[in-house]
Amino acid sequence: MEYFLQQVINGLQIGFVYALIALGYTMVYGIVRLINFAHGDVFMIGAFIGLYAVERYQWPLTAVFVSAVVGCTILAVLIEQLAYRPLRHAPKIASLITAIGVSLFLEYFTSLRQVFGPHFYSFPRPFPVVRWNWHGILVTNIQAVIFFVTVFCLLLLQFIVFRTKMGRAMRAVSFDYVTAGLMGVNVNVVISFTFGLGAALAGVGGVLYGIAYPQVNTFMGFMPGLKAFTAAVLGGIGNIPGAVLGALIMGQSETMVSAYVSSAYRDGIAFVILILVLLWKPTGILGTPRTEKV
Amino acid sequence: MMLLSVEHINVFYDNIRALHDVSFTVGKGEIVSLIGANGAGKSTILKAVSGILKPRSGRILLAGKDLGGVPQHRIARMGVSLVPEGRGIFANMTVRDNLEMGAFTRNSREEIEKSVAEVFALFPQLRERASQSAGTLSGGEQQMLAIGRAMVAKPAVVLLDEPSMGLSPLLVRDLFFLIREINQAGTTILLVEQNAFMALSVAHRAYVLETGAIVLSGNASDLRSDPKVRAAYLGDVAG
Ligand SMILES: Nc1ncnc2c1ncn2[C@@H]1O[C@H](COP(=O)(O)OP(=O)(O)O)[C@@H](O)[C@H]1O
Ligand SMILES: [Mg+2]
Repeated sequence: MEYFLQQVINGLQIGFVYALIALGYTMVYGIVRLINFAHGDVFMIGAFIGLYAVERYQWPLTAVFVSAVVGCTILAVLIEQLAYRPLRHAPKIASLITAIGVSLFLEYFTSLRQVFGPHFYSFPRPFPVVRWNWHGILVTNIQAVIFFVTVFCLLLLQFIVFRTKMGRAMRAVSFDYVTAGLMGVNVNVVISFTFGLGAALAGVGGVLYGIAYPQVNTFMGFMPGLKAFTAAVLGGIGNIPGAVLGALIMGQSETMVSAYVSSAYRDGIAFVILILVLLWKPTGILGTPRTEKV
Repeated sequence: MMLLSVEHINVFYDNIRALHDVSFTVGKGEIVSLIGANGAGKSTILKAVSGILKPRSGRILLAGKDLGGVPQHRIARMGVSLVPEGRGIFANMTVRDNLEMGAFTRNSREEIEKSVAEVFALFPQLRERASQSAGTLSGGEQQMLAIGRAMVAKPAVVLLDEPSMGLSPLLVRDLFFLIREINQAGTTILLVEQNAFMALSVAHRAYVLETGAIVLSGNASDLRSDPKVRAAYLGDVAG
């Protein structure tokens, strides 16, 4: 029983990180119907910004998060304006291929020696690790940080989407951008904002990932990106609570598979889930079928 | 000076010309109606005025300002409010949020609340359903919401695209009564209708559109007794 609960805790830890990434996939899809394959790499850049902030500049934890948020937001807004916006009215496949191109560019460009470099770099712990033993279940202060930071981000996101003018505009644009324009909404600004918001969350996720699994590499965004994408599809792409739910399920399933079956299948389970969802219910758990808009 | 002045516009969908040299005006405080059969180009005119489509030639002036090159969202900010064909309700949002979207260009919370209260006074059903998803409203209620949403923008001119479509005859009567009421409260209205009889009974002036060109214009009451109009558009009612 303790072993099982321990796995639940471990699954939550990675599930929360996936949730922070999955939200960006789902929000961007909701608003421009694009699977932004470069999103996992924005997460990677967030982790590297965190690494430099911790190691080189020894900033306090809050400043570490803020720097990753700012860096990722700027990066994503640039990507959107330079790479995706010119293709907004082109066939979907053009944007999709561009997204893969941007992803590869970010991975290989940053692995240059002059940028981040090609190796694995250890991410120093920004605070001493404390372990609590609760009836045989180990909980660390790292897990506590992940929990509280993620919950804070989710509440903030909820507030932005449902309580602010920009959030309302996001929901309107995602439903019908022409009519949103008729209301005086500058659709381009809303799209940029959405990319930036998703990237900010991925930046936070990158720092948390670096703290928890203390190693970073310029290709590190690929697997978590894919799993977060799966989580978004599982929850219902375009659906915000769905992305969180999907991510928590992904976290649990990969932890349970590696605990009870074999850690060799840890990554494989993500693909099994992705294929099953696409076959069985492509709209995901909380998604509703909707007509594709042009 | 006319509030809205459309001068010799030609509008194309790719290479198909939908509007041929269309000109008309709407004066401040007027209800002007565009009538014509399905496919005549009525919606295209409203799309051009609201900036969804840009004319290939000709100009559209709002209070003397050329709207050429002005992006769509700025035209909305300048006071043009389109209630699109099919209503364009945000079905994923609440009734209240839809009204808030109407007020998107406005900033004073106090003023917005006042406008929303006015809409609720006009349409009490909307107040009852304020926190309900707009997708759950009936067709008639959605039309009220679409009009209410346009009203909270405090527009200089409201463009209504076939507001009677899909409504029961009783609701259509209420709707046209309401259009007149909104107009009497000071809002200029450009009304597009296939229901020519109703449109001509509420409008001050009207233009008749046929395959993308204006073929007749005049006072609504004159057009209503025009034999050509009676034959082409009012046949069933006049007979
Ligand atoms: N998106 C479009 N693409 C191509 N042709 C269109 C499009 N929308 C309308 N048309 C054509 O333009 C003409 C005018 O259409 P419209 O303005 O919708 O007419 P109405 O509103 O009077 O029924 C019609 O011949 C219609 O087929
Ligand atoms: Mg039409």
